Amino acid sequence: MSKLDRTQIERRIVFLVLVIAVALPLIFPLGMKTYGTPLTKKAYDLVENTPPKSVVIISFDYDPSTVTELQPMALAVIEHAWKKEHRVIATAMWPQGSKMADLAFAEVQKKFNNEKVYGLDYVNLGYKVGGMVVIQGMGRNFKTVFPKDTSGLDYEDIELLRPVKSLRDIKYVVSLSAGDPGLRDWIMTAKGKYDVPVAGGTTAVSAPGFLPYVNDQNQLYGLMGGMKAAAEYELLLGYEGSASLNMNPQSVAHILILILIAIGNVKAWRKRKADAKQGEVKNG
Amino acid sequence: MKKNVPLILAFISGMLILVAGFIPHYPFAMLEETLTNWFMIISSFAILLGQSSLIQANVTRVARRSPNWQYHLAGLISFGLMVAFGLLWGMEHTPGIFGHGEAVVRNLGIKPFDYVFEYAYMPLSATMFALLAFYIASAAYRAFIIRSFESNLLMITAVIVMLGRTSFATLLTSWIPQSWSFLRLPEITDFIMQYPNTAAQRAILISASLGIVGASLRIILGIERSYLGGGK
Repeated sequence: MSKLDRTQIERRIVFLVLVIAVALPLIFPLGMKTYGTPLTKKAYDLVENTPPKSVVIISFDYDPSTVTELQPMALAVIEHAWKKEHRVIATAMWPQGSKMADLAFAEVQKKFNNEKVYGLDYVNLGYKVGGMVVIQGMGRNFKTVFPKDTSGLDYEDIELLRPVKSLRDIKYVVSLSAGDPGLRDWIMTAKGKYDVPVAGGTTAVSAPGFLPYVNDQNQLYGLMGGMKAAAEYELLLGYEGSASLNMNPQSVAHILILILIAIGNVKAWRKRKADAKQGEVKNG
Repeated sequence: MKKNVPLILAFISGMLILVAGFIPHYPFAMLEETLTNWFMIISSFAILLGQSSLIQANVTRVARRSPNWQYHLAGLISFGLMVAFGLLWGMEHTPGIFGHGEAVVRNLGIKPFDYVFEYAYMPLSATMFALLAFYIASAAYRAFIIRSFESNLLMITAVIVMLGRTSFATLLTSWIPQSWSFLRLPEITDFIMQYPNTAAQRAILISASLGIVGASLRIILGIERSYLGGGK
């Protein structure tokens, strides 16, 4: 068997083992609990300590590719905000973010028996192209950037938006961001220019890049990184949602990757040893 | 003339935005607002340009029967269907040419655009992203090999962080007494993320920001002209 064939077979075995490792905990949940981190708690506290009836922004800066990590965060943050009677404005810096917002609101509405009223408790302003420039525009005049919502209702006809003239009237922003434009633009503009507290949720892979912003100046007021943080937020809200359930297969997959690294190293070590031995034989 | 006009426009716009950052008063604030509004309008046209480019590129490949032309055809059909659904029946709250399409909604439960988005596009898109897990697992097996001191250090850190981010971490080290809690895996993971990682990320951020300032100045001053096309 050639080296290429062996590599192909090995790769397929790895894929198969990973499928089994992910599927089994989904079918038979392990019931493992995650632990809370200060970063998620900080984002939770921002929502928790904001007075009722405050108008807040949740920005859906992602698309369906990262739905597994970011949608559970969106559900948890919306639920928390509504429990605290906050009025939620949904914006989107990504074209499909607006649809993600609709889906998230519809999902959380079920928990509230559809009691939350569109236009009064929440509104979806949809997608605007431009990233940071859009946020700057919102800082000057909210209405000029979003003259209508996604259903075509005029700004003046939406009760929730009446007290909102600019970003300064917003109590906090939570940006759920899968890349650029997204959280970094909110930090630099909403927090940096207009001093609006910003919390963020990102994919696990992008989270380390945002940690420098979580500092004494509160450039970033808490950071949720990946599905684990979503599970932590669910834990803080006192329920187990999709993120908590999906943490089991993710944990098993991580362990499997560690095992694969160990196997790979043993294999490399044996190869090095064999090569050295062969070298000794050659040299006499 | 063809190159000088864009260069002059870039210089004036760049300088105005730069000055407005330091003098946020009339007339600079007004000019900044006007320019940023123009930016949003021009950016919207970029979407149209992207769509026309997508159609053009795919139609050409299908017409020439390029390798894998079937995929390009599938892309074109999908694009056309989504546009048609959106135009005819609109989206969740928005009406289309046929209004809210009550008859179609009665059959599907939701509007056709939302149906395809929710039950085709979303799972397909999430699946594409999830495929990364397979590549990571395969790459970890083949490439994450100890070869030097640095790679050893990287691997130990990766193992701790990866393990620390799982639910197993708490299980494995919860027996360590509270007075020694800094040795628990989640605590070590948090330490690595908050100190060595953040320090390195800050250095990267500062360097990248200085790079952006430099690149922006080069564009404003007309030294960097690649955005005009046609080489230097």
